[in-house]
Amino acid sequence: MNVTILLLTLLVGAIATYISGKKPAAKVALLFGLVAFVETIVLICQHNAGTDAGYMTQWISNPNIHIALKADGLALALTLLTTALTPIIIFSSFGDHIEKSNIFYSLVMFMSFAMTGTFLAADGLLYYVFWELSLLPIYFIALLWGNDTFEVRKKAILKFFIYTFAGSLFMLVGFIYLYSKTGSFLLQDLYNARLTGTEQYWVFLAFFLAYAIKIPVFPFHTWQASTYEKAPTVGTMLLAGIMLKMGLYSVIRWQIPITPIAAKEVMPTILVLSIIGVVYGSIVALKQANIKRFFAYSSLAHVGLIAAGAYTLTLDGMKGAVLQMIAHGFVIVGLFFVGEIIYRRYQTRMIGEMGGIRQQAPKFASIFMILMFASIGLPGTFSFIGEFNILYGLSQINLWYAVIGGTTLIFGAFYMLRMFQKAMLGETNAKPFADLNTKESIILGVLAIVIIFLGIYPKPLADLITPSLVEIVSYIK
Amino acid sequence: MDTNVILLLLLVPLLGSLVNIFFGKKLGNGSGIIATLAVLISFIVTVVAFVQVNGTKTPIQGNLFEWIAVEKFSISFGFLLDQLSLLWLLFVTGIGTLIHLYSTSYMKGDENYGKYFGYLNLFIFFMIILVAGSNLLITFIGWEGVGLCSYLLIGFWHKNQDYNDAAKKAFIMNRIGDLGFLIGVFILAFLFHSLDYMTIKTALMSGTNHQINTWIGCAALAIFIGAIGKSAQIPLYTWLPDAMAGPTPVSALIHAATMVTAGIFLITRLNFVFDLAPLVQDTIAIVGAFTALFAASIGLVQNDIKKVLAYSTVSQLGLMFMAIGFGAYEVAVFHVITHAFFKACLFLGSGSVIHAMGGEQDMRRMGGLDKYMKVTYITFLIATAAISGFPFLSGFFSKDEILMVAFEHNKALYIIGSIASIMTAFYMFRLVFLTFKKGFRGTQEQKNHLHESPISMTLPLIVLAVLSIFGGLISWPGSSWLNQYLQPVIVKSAANHPHALGFEAYMLMGVATVGFLIGLIWAFRKYIQKAQVPQEDDKITGFHKVLYNKYYIDEIYDKLFVKPIYIIATFFRDVVEVALSGAVFGLGKIADELSLQGKKAQNGNIGLYLFAFVFGICLLLYYLFIAR
Repeated sequence: MNVTILLLTLLVGAIATYISGKKPAAKVALLFGLVAFVETIVLICQHNAGTDAGYMTQWISNPNIHIALKADGLALALTLLTTALTPIIIFSSFGDHIEKSNIFYSLVMFMSFAMTGTFLAADGLLYYVFWELSLLPIYFIALLWGNDTFEVRKKAILKFFIYTFAGSLFMLVGFIYLYSKTGSFLLQDLYNARLTGTEQYWVFLAFFLAYAIKIPVFPFHTWQASTYEKAPTVGTMLLAGIMLKMGLYSVIRWQIPITPIAAKEVMPTILVLSIIGVVYGSIVALKQANIKRFFAYSSLAHVGLIAAGAYTLTLDGMKGAVLQMIAHGFVIVGLFFVGEIIYRRYQTRMIGEMGGIRQQAPKFASIFMILMFASIGLPGTFSFIGEFNILYGLSQINLWYAVIGGTTLIFGAFYMLRMFQKAMLGETNAKPFADLNTKESIILGVLAIVIIFLGIYPKPLADLITPSLVEIVSYIK
Repeated sequence: MDTNVILLLLLVPLLGSLVNIFFGKKLGNGSGIIATLAVLISFIVTVVAFVQVNGTKTPIQGNLFEWIAVEKFSISFGFLLDQLSLLWLLFVTGIGTLIHLYSTSYMKGDENYGKYFGYLNLFIFFMIILVAGSNLLITFIGWEGVGLCSYLLIGFWHKNQDYNDAAKKAFIMNRIGDLGFLIGVFILAFLFHSLDYMTIKTALMSGTNHQINTWIGCAALAIFIGAIGKSAQIPLYTWLPDAMAGPTPVSALIHAATMVTAGIFLITRLNFVFDLAPLVQDTIAIVGAFTALFAASIGLVQNDIKKVLAYSTVSQLGLMFMAIGFGAYEVAVFHVITHAFFKACLFLGSGSVIHAMGGEQDMRRMGGLDKYMKVTYITFLIATAAISGFPFLSGFFSKDEILMVAFEHNKALYIIGSIASIMTAFYMFRLVFLTFKKGFRGTQEQKNHLHESPISMTLPLIVLAVLSIFGGLISWPGSSWLNQYLQPVIVKSAANHPHALGFEAYMLMGVATVGFLIGLIWAFRKYIQKAQVPQEDDKITGFHKVLYNKYYIDEIYDKLFVKPIYIIATFFRDVVEVALSGAVFGLGKIADELSLQGKKAQNGNIGLYLFAFVFGICLLLYYLFIAR
């Protein structure tokens, strides 16, 4: 079996969901999502057994474009994140009233398809096509099914669209420039392209604009909070859980190994920017009234640290970054779901209008706490593994990076516990709050188990990604 | 075999915790019994392991699996049961069992009875990980894990937002220390390419150079910051008094006997590192001495029975740090153990009082309780005598040894420590007199309710009181079993006194006894002879008021750190975010304007946007590849 089957499953899933009609759409999407997840597991097992599941064929001969899919450990790990979260995200919306649900879920599946393609693509142009394709469904999901009035949210969503799209165009220019130098878009050829320092610098910069906006790195983050707020929760989960990682992944997969000299030179500046993002995001999060915006800024802080890990250009930092991408994906999807559960019962996303929930819903409170402490990076949760690796990687470059970046330990606890206290604790809320139903328990239970299991035994995942990262680091040296 | 011992030790409390958290509601009173048994089993396993290691002199070790791998080394999920960790485990699980037993009565009727025991067992689980870990990062799991349990238990009655504030404060302040811990870990990893205690020890024993020494100093300082947080020393001590919001048995177990001693444990564990950092050692001694004095002075005037004990704990921990600063690790450990006995006894005793008083904690509303609760009173009195340094009780020996070491190293700190000790005797007897002597000052309703606590609560008190009396035997001056026992784990000791006791030692004991008497008589005159009762809050003036308000440290921290962060947060949110957004979309505005015009022409049809977008890409690609 190779990865094209996985991509086809997702694509067929999108089409089938659309055709199936409004009623069964969610179930069809879930079914295809689960099949894709199982396929991913099979692919990883195959990979571990030594079979290459990649695929390559000429697409267009002039210009020289390939359909090249590379299924190494790194790509498979991110594919796993995508196909594991997709069914969870779909399932989380079961029971919600969604208009034109067949289009909605079809878009979700299509987005999953495009993001998986982005992670697997090993040809620059193919990669770019997947990258842009993934933007379309989220644009429509946010625009058509989002919160607030159409006019209000359109402003935010359009801003997001134009902003990220503009950034990506720079990346396209970068690829075209690379093509003019090497005559190929293939990842391997680009790795081996011998560019001069100056050439690398420009390519690096072009890529950086695309990635910095997508990740987002401070100060390119201004689209984030309002988009998260306005998008429907399914969209926010797709964005924060998976799509953010496209930028981070691309830094490691494309940007750094293609332009290592430039990366080394610019590294200190980007590390500083990333770490500013950690502190800045944490502080801004303190004063957010809307729980979705709150999680958005907490994400800004977290991805700042992940970006810092990636840009250490060391094995440890990058490994931490990849592990943390996956950990953050699971945790943030859980947290947005927690916010959604409160919204379902109280019809509010304002933290100040919540409170006194723990008394009424102990199960819900417990899982919320697990997710919260995972977000804070408590040892024993998956987030700690990544955070430790990243901070360790930073400390080996310069201890001060680790000290300042490490303030996330303190700030994270500060804003999270403060939010939790306001949202969950205190005198019993006058409005009744039903504890988790079965569906909600399953979703949050699965997330909690994954987060704790990988916190104690991260080895399978770490072993999966390490060889790919060793290879990437070898291009830097 | 070794691995099985470790697994048994760890998994029983974890299992107990999970059972209680998930099925606590169904189990009813059974959850208390299950939890107590779980800790008891851990205690028995510890005793067996202790006997074995004490006989063979070989530690029990085991690596379960590889946990985290970095480029230069890997960190395994490994455990090490040597003399030091077993000693700690003995009193953690031993006192833990007693306090679990006590809790079965104390918490009876609480709506979250099962969850309480779940958290308490979880605490024991993490505490075992903390002391039994064979490398720094495993210790760190336990370190943060006990912090988590502390948070959960301080805020156990989560309807009360003041309690939640206290829980939050404890966790955040601990996290400041934890960052220090982690930075220390990074430096040690950088130096030794390992986090394993044994490996680092071997590397250091085989010789060091001066270049390493500076970094060692930094590592020691960073780890000391971690210890400051967990063991509530200046400047990170303010969370501990607030932590008294938790149920009283929790205060006894976590915030007096076990968790707060983790800082002492860690530094003792890494004694070979701290030995190489004399400057840091000096700092530790000074911080410890000043904390001891500072906290004791606040304790002089507090009226909340638990607050007095909390400041007393901070102060006693300060004394332990002073000893560690002088390199006298065994002495600090000795005081950790005796302190665990008498302070646990005191807290549980105060719990018994609060129980009888129906939740009242203000000593101004108590008095004359000795007639109603004999066992509580006598055990409390014994523990008070022990902590105050009544001759030949446990605290007398351990505190005396600390002061003796201080006398040898630094006379000024010796004086500070001695003054703190006099204060201790005063505030402890003040507490006893106000609570148990003279007439009852509470309401009639409270008076009718007064009763001795049930056997499950008094039994732990009796056991702990007995230990408070005889605990000193483990380190009899001149022929210390403890010093012998700890020899394998402590590389260089400042506390070995193989020689017979000299004149100096007897003199210092005499001075300490006089100090004890001063404190006792001072309290006696004030609260028995003159029968004073502390003033109501609004009548307190002058320096007394400063003390009563804890030197306004909380207020100062609030103004200095918390408020400014909120101001900055608001500034970032309302100004910087808006400005950044504006700057980035200065360009975007133009495009926006264009799209606005375009939209009018296109009736706002988003399909057209999509079409234009795809068309645009095609055009671009065509231009770049085909037309070229």
